[in-house]
Amino acid sequence: MRLKAFTSGIFGNNPVMKQVLGLCPALAVTTSAINGIAMGLATTAVLIGSNTVVSLVKNLIPAKVRIPAYIVIIASFVTVVDLVMNAYVHDLHKVLGLFIPLIVVNCVVLGRAESFASKNGLLDSILDALGTGFGFTLALMILGGVREIMGNGSVFGFDLFGPSFEPSIVMILPPGAFIALGFLMMGYKYVEEHKRVKRGGE
Amino acid sequence: MKDSPFKMVIVLTIITVISALILATVHSGTKDMITENYRQDFLKGLKVVMPGFDNEPDVDFKVMKDKKIYIGKKAGVTFGYAVQTVSPKGYSGDIVVLVGVDTEGKILGIEIIKHAETPGLGNKIENKTWKDTFLGLDKDSNIAVKKDGGNIDEFSGATISPRAVCEAVNEGLDFLSRYAVGGEK
Repeated sequence: MRLKAFTSGIFGNNPVMKQVLGLCPALAVTTSAINGIAMGLATTAVLIGSNTVVSLVKNLIPAKVRIPAYIVIIASFVTVVDLVMNAYVHDLHKVLGLFIPLIVVNCVVLGRAESFASKNGLLDSILDALGTGFGFTLALMILGGVREIMGNGSVFGFDLFGPSFEPSIVMILPPGAFIALGFLMMGYKYVEEHKRVKRGGE
Repeated sequence: MKDSPFKMVIVLTIITVISALILATVHSGTKDMITENYRQDFLKGLKVVMPGFDNEPDVDFKVMKDKKIYIGKKAGVTFGYAVQTVSPKGYSGDIVVLVGVDTEGKILGIEIIKHAETPGLGNKIENKTWKDTFLGLDKDSNIAVKKDGGNIDEFSGATISPRAVCEAVNEGLDFLSRYAVGGEK
C-alpha cells in the first residue's frame, strides 16, 4: 500500500500520460530535456510542500473553504520556489520564469491535494507527492528529450548528429509539443495494454 | 460551532497570515541576490558591447533625451559608449538591442538583450558570428540586410528579425553619434 502511493504516480497513474493533467507546463516548456527536468523538479518541490501541509491541516480546515485554503497554501509554496530559483539558479529561472507562477494553477498540484492529501496521512501524502512529482518530471524529460532530438539535433545540449543533420524546427515550436505528446501517449497506452493482457486481462 | 461562518473566516485568516509571514521572510532573504543577478545579467551584456571596461558602466551613465548612455572607462579614460535601443519590427514583439561604440563612433559590439523570435529561424540573431559582422561599422556604413541593399547577412527563411536588428543598431548609432561621440557634453 505504502509503495503503491509512490509508484502509481510514475506508471499506472502518470499525471501527464494517464491523467492528462498539467498540460500547460508540459507542452509549453519542454523545448529541451533540461527544461523539462527543471520544470518537473520545481513542480515536485511544490507538490511535496503542499501535500505535506494539506495532510497536516486537513482536519482543521472547514470543508466549505478547503479549496481557497489549498490554493493559498499552494500559491505560497510556488512563490517561495520562484524566489529561491531566481536567487540561486538565475539562468534556469530566465528560461522557465514565465511558467513558474503558473504552477499555482497546475491541476496536478491541486488535484493531489484535493484527492489524496486531504484524505490520507502525512507519510502517504509525501510518498504520493514524490511519486507524482517524479512521474511528472519523467514525462516532461522524455517529452523534452524527444523534441530536442528531433527539433534541434541534440540532447541535454550535446550535439548528436553533427552539422549535416537538418532538424525539423516544427518539433520545438508549439505544434511539435502536441505531436510528440500524442505519439508518446500512444506508446504509453501500448505498454499499458501489453501489461494488462500479460496479466491475463482480455 | 462546526463549519460556522465565523470558523471559516478565522481559519482562512490564519492560513493567509502564516503564508504572508513565510513569504516576507523568503523575500527579504533572497531580495539582494535577485537584484544582484539582474545587475550581473546587464553587466554581461555591457561587457560584450564595450569589452575591457574597468569601471561600473551600469552606475556610470548620463541621461540624454530620456535615454541612458553607459560610459565605458579603462584606467579612468573613456573609451566607449553604449545605449539600449528597441525595434518594434521583430517577427514577434520588440527586439531590444544594446549597441556599444568607441570614441570614434565605430561599433565595438552589439548584444540582443530581449527578443521572442522563432527558435531555429529568427533567433539566429543571437549567433555570435552574425553579431560580429557589425564590428567596426559606423553610422556611415550601409547597415541593412543584403536584400535591402546593405551589407549584413540575412538568414534563409528569416529576413524580418535581422532587418529589425539593423534598424535598432542604426537608431543606436544615430543617437550615440549625436549625444556621446565627439566629446562629452
